[in-house]
Amino acid sequence: MLWNTLLLALRAIRRNLMRSFLTILGIVIGVAAVITMVTLGNGATKSVSDQISSMGSNLLMLIPGQRFGPGGGGAPNFKFTDVEAIRNQISGAEWVAPVVNKGATAVYQANNWATVVTGTNNDYFPAGNWELAAGRTFNETEERAGKAVCIIGETVREKLFGGQSPVGSEIRIKQFSCEVIGLLKGKGQSAMGSDQDDTVMMPLRTVQRRLSGSQDINRLTVSVSNSASIDGVKNQLTLLMRERRNIGESEDDDFRVMDTRQIAETLTSTTKILTMLLGAVAAVSLLVGGIGIMNIMLVSVTERTREIGIRLAIGALEREVLLQFLIEAVVLSSIGGLIGIVLATGASLFLARLMSVPYLFDPGINLLSFVFSAAIGVLFGFFPARRAAGLNPIDALRHE
Amino acid sequence: MTETPLIRLSALTKVYGSGQAAFQALKGIDLTIQAGEFVAIMGPSGSGKSTTMNILGCLDTPSSGSYEFMDIHVQKLSRNQRALLRRHFLGFVFQGFNLLARTTALENVELPLIYRGEDAATRHGAARAALEQVGLKGWEHHTPAELSGGQQQRVAIARAIVTHPAVLLADEPTGNLDTKTSQEIMELITAFNREKGITVLMVTHEPDMAAYARRIIRFVDGHLESDSRKEEAA
Repeated sequence: MLWNTLLLALRAIRRNLMRSFLTILGIVIGVAAVITMVTLGNGATKSVSDQISSMGSNLLMLIPGQRFGPGGGGAPNFKFTDVEAIRNQISGAEWVAPVVNKGATAVYQANNWATVVTGTNNDYFPAGNWELAAGRTFNETEERAGKAVCIIGETVREKLFGGQSPVGSEIRIKQFSCEVIGLLKGKGQSAMGSDQDDTVMMPLRTVQRRLSGSQDINRLTVSVSNSASIDGVKNQLTLLMRERRNIGESEDDDFRVMDTRQIAETLTSTTKILTMLLGAVAAVSLLVGGIGIMNIMLVSVTERTREIGIRLAIGALEREVLLQFLIEAVVLSSIGGLIGIVLATGASLFLARLMSVPYLFDPGINLLSFVFSAAIGVLFGFFPARRAAGLNPIDALRHE
Repeated sequence: MTETPLIRLSALTKVYGSGQAAFQALKGIDLTIQAGEFVAIMGPSGSGKSTTMNILGCLDTPSSGSYEFMDIHVQKLSRNQRALLRRHFLGFVFQGFNLLARTTALENVELPLIYRGEDAATRHGAARAALEQVGLKGWEHHTPAELSGGQQQRVAIARAIVTHPAVLLADEPTGNLDTKTSQEIMELITAFNREKGITVLMVTHEPDMAAYARRIIRFVDGHLESDSRKEEAA
């Protein structure tokens, strides 16, 4: 009986190609949309959280003034003595790196590239999760004397050196020549969308003397050791800096201590909201696909009711008719669901590459959208049939 | 005449609806039909002829009274048992043909055999033979839309007789056809009655078509009005 019913179901699918196609299409679109959107949303969230963890999640940033960004509202910059004071007085500060940024053009032979030169110390690398792909970091003499040495990022290497190995070569920054002693491993885009690898790093003193021409430090980056509490170190830093900058008790801070964890949370929560939004849009398309299926099934119910009448009249049992309709609905829904999953996988892989976010296969959403659309297909394919098969054969035959 | 009748109806009634809106379509029908008869059921619209036909075909159930088919009390059968009775003993031809759309003649004729669980080879052979008997050899792979009304009714007849039923029930089989085609269909049905011994019950309102039958039953207003047998022309 099962075999014969399967045959009848497949014949019914074949002779109603248009209806079958539209049913499958509704499911395909719904399933593919949901899976693609959620997969891309997950990829984007993953990529943002990856970038944040590449930034280091236990970093504190000190900037002069109360606003984030250049300017700082006229508040004084930091001095090198601040770095030493933090190192000596705050035990929870594991790495303390001063940062001076200066835009400059780097030249190597015929190639030139406008980049940002960062003056800092060796603490900068472990604090920011930077690793060296080749060469070494600064030595003590170079730092103290402000020698013309630099460590370059992956983007700068690519633009200036192409396929060659840069370590040991001399590049020209403004009027001076500078030996490349190291190459950083690529980190890709930052969470804010800028290229972190587009950088040239030099000892702090080199930048102060040759590029910025002042003793000022724009920013301090402090990494908190795992055993210390971030908030504790943050408070200590605030107190220390208030003292060093001679801020009276009634006055506000003229600097700000920022916690990258806060930045991280803000950014990931944004992409999570975005993923939810995409998911909601996709859920609507699943629903629209479902309504499409419902329409097709309900429109064809008159024809199918007569068909059921014919089948009953020539001796089909009610359960044989029902089984046939159930098989039809399951076969169509499964085909639609599987095509949808295949299509979604292809589209997600393609779009993930285009958007340069990682592709993450999410079995949960695949299963969920498959089951949901299959349920719609079975529900609207099967239940009208069940009503029709329960009629007296003559009423089903006369159905208008 | 001591042989058991094929069909025996006694005090059969059918009421549609209930309460004030109730309509009594059959008001007590007593009828006996022997195997091999060709019976035409006539009467004006609403006289109960189609209702009787549907009850005889187990497509509908009576409100009261008894219906015996080959000594089986049909009113005691379950829905599934009535379906099995249709499957094994009855064949239907309808006014509107009632073929499956977009389905070839061969597959339409095969359908009752699939429900009987016949294997593919048997099905194909029997369906081809049935189509040949109704004069549709060469039309096996045409769908109803590609066939004329007369041809569609021939497919329906082939589907009805492919299982070698005991009774062929025809409800206005020529109602949608022109005179010439109607006569061809009637001759086909008559041939199955004469040559294969299939009992034929046919509802019609056309005296020309009823003339093919050997027994004519007239319904008026839910009652049997007359029952006349035509003497066999020698």
